[in-house]
Amino acid sequence: MDEPLNLVLFSGTDDRLQAAAVLTAGAAALGKPVNVFLQYWALDAFRADRIDADHGLAPEAGTEGRRAVDALAKAGQAPWAETLRQAKELGSVDIQACSLSMDLLGIEQADLDPLVDGVEGVTAFYLNAGEGQVVFI
Amino acid sequence: MEVLNITQTVDARGLSCPMPIVRTAQAAKVLAPGALIEVLATDPGSTKDLSAWCRSTGNELVEATSDGAVYRFVIRRK
Repeated sequence: MDEPLNLVLFSGTDDRLQAAAVLTAGAAALGKPVNVFLQYWALDAFRADRIDADHGLAPEAGTEGRRAVDALAKAGQAPWAETLRQAKELGSVDIQACSLSMDLLGIEQADLDPLVDGVEGVTAFYLNAGEGQVVFI
Repeated sequence: MEVLNITQTVDARGLSCPMPIVRTAQAAKVLAPGALIEVLATDPGSTKDLSAWCRSTGNELVEATSDGAVYRFVIRRK
């Protein structure tokens, strides 16, 4: 279980981020290290002033999906940011912003939620990923 | 029948995946070896998840029962 799980988050919709947070928390509970690399619209969702905002759903969700997601939230499902906070408390979860995406969005680390541990390039990400699986979401 | 002295109960009823496991792992982190953790959950995935978590982390699944609505597990902390 020593090889890390490496999640590359690209999409910034709440459903995809929720799925990623669940994968992260599950791995953390098993004692598996997790590296999360935030690119493009996923990084945008981690802005400090917007992290708790409504980020919409993936197009395939449709209106039925919207209803289902809302029902789960109403039943007490934690928002993805909260799930990630708990995962970080529990295990070794490192969340890094992609430096190219920082340039793209024109933001600095001070603009990001404290969940984000730092900024790195793709080379550092691969180096930390080691022999572990890389999953793109 | 052996009477189990539960050290701590994790009430994860109403919580969806992966919170029952996250709460269990949080409890296990601070308890002493040998402690008995009772987990109550309603998430239908929790039976497979709890046993997989126990196998993977070396904790012992002592009991796994269900009354149809609530799943109850007792885990002995490694």
